[in-house]
Amino acid sequence: MAERVIRLPDVGEGIAEAELVEWHVKVGDVVREDAVLGAVMTDKATVEIPSPTDGRVTWLAGSVGDVLAIGSDFVRLEVDGKSAPAAEAVKPASPGANASAKKSHDAASAASGAASEPPNALRLQPSAAPRHHADDRPLAAPAVRLRAREAGVDLRQIRGTGPVGRITHDDLDAHLARGRTGTTATPYPTQTAVTDIKIVGLRRKIAEKMSVASSRIPHITYVEEVDVTALEDLRAKLNSQKQPGKPKLTTLPFLMRAMVRAIAEQPHLNAHFDDEAGIVHQHAGVHIGIATQTPAGLVVPVVRHAEARDLWNCAAEVARLAEAARSGSATRDELTGSTITITSLGALGGLATTPIINHPEVAIVGVNRITIRPHWDGAAFVPRQMMNLSSSFDHRVIDGFDAAQFVQRIKTRLETPAMIFIDG
Amino acid sequence: MMTEITCKLLVIGAGPGGYTCAIRAGQLGIDTIIVEAEKPGGTCLNVGCIPSKALIHAAGEYETIARASAGESALGITTAKPSLDFAKTIAWKDNIVRRLNGGVAGLLRRAGVRPVTGYARFRDGKTVEVETQSGRQVIHAEKVVIATGSEPAALPFLPFGGRVISSTEALALTEIPKKLVVVGGGYIGLELGTAFAKIGTAVTVVEAAPRVLPQYDRDLSEPVARRLTALGVTVLTDAKVKALATDGTALAVETADGEQASLAADKILVTVGRRPVTSGFGLEQLDLDMDGPFIRVDDRCRTSMRGICAIGDVTGEPMLAHRAMAQGEMVAEIVAGRRRAWDRISIPAICFTDPEIVTVGLSPSQASNRGFDVKTDLFPFKANGRAMTLDREDGFIRTIARADNHLLLGIQGVGAGIAELSAAFTLALEMGARLEDIAMTIHAHPTQSEAFHEAALKSLGHAIHI
Repeated sequence: MAERVIRLPDVGEGIAEAELVEWHVKVGDVVREDAVLGAVMTDKATVEIPSPTDGRVTWLAGSVGDVLAIGSDFVRLEVDGKSAPAAEAVKPASPGANASAKKSHDAASAASGAASEPPNALRLQPSAAPRHHADDRPLAAPAVRLRAREAGVDLRQIRGTGPVGRITHDDLDAHLARGRTGTTATPYPTQTAVTDIKIVGLRRKIAEKMSVASSRIPHITYVEEVDVTALEDLRAKLNSQKQPGKPKLTTLPFLMRAMVRAIAEQPHLNAHFDDEAGIVHQHAGVHIGIATQTPAGLVVPVVRHAEARDLWNCAAEVARLAEAARSGSATRDELTGSTITITSLGALGGLATTPIINHPEVAIVGVNRITIRPHWDGAAFVPRQMMNLSSSFDHRVIDGFDAAQFVQRIKTRLETPAMIFIDG
Repeated sequence: MMTEITCKLLVIGAGPGGYTCAIRAGQLGIDTIIVEAEKPGGTCLNVGCIPSKALIHAAGEYETIARASAGESALGITTAKPSLDFAKTIAWKDNIVRRLNGGVAGLLRRAGVRPVTGYARFRDGKTVEVETQSGRQVIHAEKVVIATGSEPAALPFLPFGGRVISSTEALALTEIPKKLVVVGGGYIGLELGTAFAKIGTAVTVVEAAPRVLPQYDRDLSEPVARRLTALGVTVLTDAKVKALATDGTALAVETADGEQASLAADKILVTVGRRPVTSGFGLEQLDLDMDGPFIRVDDRCRTSMRGICAIGDVTGEPMLAHRAMAQGEMVAEIVAGRRRAWDRISIPAICFTDPEIVTVGLSPSQASNRGFDVKTDLFPFKANGRAMTLDREDGFIRTIARADNHLLLGIQGVGAGIAELSAAFTLALEMGARLEDIAMTIHAHPTQSEAFHEAALKSLGHAIHI
């Protein structure tokens, strides 16, 4: 028997540390070569770390939520043979390396029937919910547990009065009586439990990014109303007459093209502001981030070079990226590098929102719900399809006037959609 | 001729898990079919727990008398040299197994479970085919429980056959081997090796790890290792099995210091673990999610396919009959619409070596690995009156409790005949006992159970008898 140390490999370009989001093994487990040991997260990609060899786990580097340095000891294995190298860093999971590991977390993409996956080493996956410690199980005798389960009572909701907080039959009776007969003052059982949820993985990344963006950027949010009746007519016609194989058009690709046009006139809105260096990096390419809700949380897949894409191409790319993000198969490249962002809550939409800028960008365009509202055309009220745009700007580098002008440019094009397609 | 029948619940395999599931389902009024190719009872009843314990008991009785005849009885008993009619021993054991086979069959019948004899094969997730003596039987079921169990694992270079045997054959020998080599010093190898040593076989145990019973901590394995030596068993640790001699009568072994040795043997018993039975019955085409070699199940024993559950050894460690039984019972109740989930705190494990080892809950190192600050104390049988009167002062009982609130996390013991104490240990953990609960429970005097009481007292700082 010999010990083999598995070090945390370099899982992303030039990063120094990664957050531990899941252990697939525990001390004492026997693992086979290529079995997944655990998963770490960098920026917005989760990487599974496979075992390079057969062995038995003798030590783990920490618990979920810990931040580990690249190259530090990750897992120690007891392995057969004496000639094994003392330590080594393994490569992150790559396609084909382990069919079963892939299967376990790519259920969504498997279900869609996608036989070939993009050849990317890094895959986004929903972060595991924080695991409860073994001892977090409520302390109760088997008969109490059985009665509680049959009554549909989660014992964690009950405060035990027995020694060490043990939940007794009396505690359960009292809980059931409160819920059933309403003998207490309130008609519903009061809930006193406080559940501590450790913020890990993607959720933590989102929290960090939002804090940075909100605390460092003085936001100015500008809400404007857009009459999208003509746009919706055009969209309906294009959708009804589209050739097979073309994607279904949403308002999003029209907005993207309108933004490309507006940015051509106000290029400084398509930028990154490096506030420490005092430099605005103005980008010629328009890489539009599309804020997307996934089962794991908010991610922002990026439509690259929207300036070079036509309407159909934008629509197809948005659909592809949204699916990749939701199924967790989006690559790191597809999730980074946007220069301006669109946020849309889809059918919910709301009346107005106050979007948080995707740091270090300087502008974000929020799409609200389309509703039919009465519009005064000078002689009568007419029903028009109206949509609000709620957009935020970094007030340090963009003045209110610039912001207003930018939104007006988008509005003009959306209200007269031909202008989206005609130069000049 | 092919017939088709339909049922609500189909159980594949009538081992402890399967038959318990079927009986409970029958009690709950569920239309249940159980498929089994062999006699009911599975590994445990036919070629495992039961026959091995019969043999171990017989060997123990013989050894006591043999020791007395050699003038080694401290009790003052003398007797002539005993002899053993091994065929009769085996017949006695077989009769126990037969009675239990009949008992299980009767219980299944009484619960209204329909037995089908033959090997099942999945056609799809709701249909299996069974080749029975009267033709092919197709069974459609709403729910299927896979309870196919496990089988002895072979070493690739030492396949079973000839003198190389598994535990199954070791329990069906017709004569006592003169020289037995046991490959693998885990609990199965040591249980059987000890039994044969006691009835006169020269036993050599070959273990790759630095000590026998490597899955237990050293404190627990040490008394067993000492007793093996006293019984004249040769134990080679850190030893590697190389190959079987070409004529099959000896085993080449590399010892700890790198020397090559050849161990002559009438029988070579390979006990290097058990592997789940997951192939040969069409399971592959269902493409269930696996957990290593095992079928992955959740806390309700559900597999990744709707309507298919798995219980017992196919679902992983610990591969123990009582775990399978508890799972089987739970699954039957879930099928009957009851709300159930696996929430057991501990699964006791017993090693029927001499002395016996009982483990329940967390070991001291497992407890600290989980981040608990623990109090660990043991009480030796040396200081226990009952142990003295049994002429067996080896071993101890150990308690592991949380330092902050004294909640018991684990209880282990090693000692002659302490298997029955497992009930007290498991109950204590399942009821959420603290050290004080044990301390304030009267433990009858004079019994070995007092060592449990005293270990708890010791952790509380006021042991009486030490």
